[in-house]
Amino acid sequence: MKRYLSTILYGLLSIIFVAGARFGLINAYEQIVIMFIGINIILCSSLNLINGYMGEFSCGHAGFMAVGAYVTSILNIWFFTSSPVFGGPLFSPGSAIFLFPITLIAGGAAAALAGMLVAIPSVRTRGDYLAIITLAVNYIVKSSIENIQVIGGARGFMGMGKVVDSMTSVINLPWVMIWIFFFTAVCIWILNHFVNSTYGKGVIAVRDDEIAAEIMSVNTNRMKMVAFTLSSGLAGIAGGLFAHVLGYINPGSFTIMKSTEIMVMVYLGGMGSLSGSVLSAVSFTLLMEILRPLQVYKWVLIPLLLIILMLYRPEGIMGNRELTDVFPKLRRYFPSREL
Amino acid sequence: MTLEMFFQHFLNALQWGSFYALIALGYTLVYGVLLLINFAHGDIFMVGAYIAFFIASFLLGSYSLQLPFVLDGNTIFVITVIITMVVTSCVGVTIERVAYRPLRKKGAGRLYVVITALMCGLVLENGNLALLGASRKSFPELIEKSIYTIGGITFTNVKILVIVTTILVFILLETIVRKTKLGMAMRAISYDSVAVLLMGIPLDVVIVFTFILGSSMAALAGVLFVTAYPVLEPYMGAMVGWKAFIAAVVGGIGEIRGAFVGGFILGFIEIYVAAVFPSTLRDLIAFAILLLLLSLKPTGIFGIARAQKI
Repeated sequence: MKRYLSTILYGLLSIIFVAGARFGLINAYEQIVIMFIGINIILCSSLNLINGYMGEFSCGHAGFMAVGAYVTSILNIWFFTSSPVFGGPLFSPGSAIFLFPITLIAGGAAAALAGMLVAIPSVRTRGDYLAIITLAVNYIVKSSIENIQVIGGARGFMGMGKVVDSMTSVINLPWVMIWIFFFTAVCIWILNHFVNSTYGKGVIAVRDDEIAAEIMSVNTNRMKMVAFTLSSGLAGIAGGLFAHVLGYINPGSFTIMKSTEIMVMVYLGGMGSLSGSVLSAVSFTLLMEILRPLQVYKWVLIPLLLIILMLYRPEGIMGNRELTDVFPKLRRYFPSREL
Repeated sequence: MTLEMFFQHFLNALQWGSFYALIALGYTLVYGVLLLINFAHGDIFMVGAYIAFFIASFLLGSYSLQLPFVLDGNTIFVITVIITMVVTSCVGVTIERVAYRPLRKKGAGRLYVVITALMCGLVLENGNLALLGASRKSFPELIEKSIYTIGGITFTNVKILVIVTTILVFILLETIVRKTKLGMAMRAISYDSVAVLLMGIPLDVVIVFTFILGSSMAALAGVLFVTAYPVLEPYMGAMVGWKAFIAAVVGGIGEIRGAFVGGFILGFIEIYVAAVFPSTLRDLIAFAILLLLLSLKPTGIFGIARAQKI
């Protein structure tokens, strides 16, 4: 029982937040901040798999996020609402309540496919050349979306609010928030199991020494493919959730700036530390919101803070250690594997 | 596309590629020595353009503090270029001293330095936005534009100036890197930075020199860019910077020839794609072609795959 304390606490926390949102104890702004924290946790921990655990340098995470966001949104609009582009709803609008996670996962799958395509050249190139490939992919994704006029092009794509409304009209609950809590937990669970599995050890071996790993019979190409697919798939799910929080997406939301923001979170938390990613996603999102009154100066202050952090603690908050390594007594509250 | 159009675009592409080439140089020089992707470099280009703007406005007498004599446009241009290159190099070296060197001394991983570089770029960009506001500034016309037409192809003297300057810079840098002692030291550092110290080569001096070279080339690109397209805005360096970096990699990062060839390739692709297809497809096709080039030759055009030792 004790081992599941952390899980139970997380469940209680999400129930408190969901109830607070349902009964109006948490205002709309705070709800959005909470939801962004969840999304950022997914984005940050999934990028950590590539940049931290695998030691590659991917700087196009927002591109995969965009794929997921657009695929999920298009599926939802097509299935559950009547729109001038896709015609009437394919299913009854109320069924969104069951099918929403499925479209989210479909978006994640599409992003995973895109990630797999990127991983193919990464088999031959590595290091800085991979950085370029991911960078170019980010541009290509953004630019292709801008050129597809059916889904709004550069003007953006909207109507996801109607899907959310049709879900709340069946059962009046903040559904998007519930799914964000759910998928954040799933994401951390998957990643935690992945990095502690044989595959995860293989991925870490690729980071430490690719040649040595290959000699020790680690299939490095396969490791890269799997890590890229998993990471971009999770980013796609985060993108789908992001689209439904805002109800509106445009290609401008998924630029290099967004990728940079995710990268900053990864390095702030520490490369190769899941709990570091969670901590940094939470603190970074809150910091961004606290500094909002500074307006333009916010974007001067945050990079400066990070430069100072890099000078005095270059390994980030946690380095490559987990919370349970720093406080071993916490270990008894986590189920089986370490987090 | 008629033959005339083809050559017209050819000239435009040469000019456009020149900017990429000059910026890509800075990436390649720093990478060649430190193996560091200096992501602040695109913003150094922007800083260069702004410094040029202020110096040119001052020399033209737009501020309350004025020069006792009046200079003509061409003289102002030359003085602006020189002062801008000096001041921008100071900015580049300051970033190196304040942000990169302490990290290097600590032996922090390469990726941490890259992130610091990204952050320095953001500070420059947004610091500019905060200090000077979001309104665009227009660069004063220093060189009187004259338009020539030869065989149906029109070009301005600015275009010729940009292309000729870039070619001269290329020859100059190739000479510095290949023929001088400092250049030899630069190549030696990229080869083995530990042994270099044992040979009595002052590592920090060479690195500072590299940053001076790279930043002054970015400043030169900045001045030429605003002379050709006289609009300044805080984010002008971000997009151009990322693209120039890609150009540097396609050419083979760490190689000066590579930066030039990569820059010109990117310039040609962008201009010709925009000429044939709708211009919204420009980025899409340009990056797709670059990706294809990279997957055919993963180390870039001039890059040499280094043998990995176990």
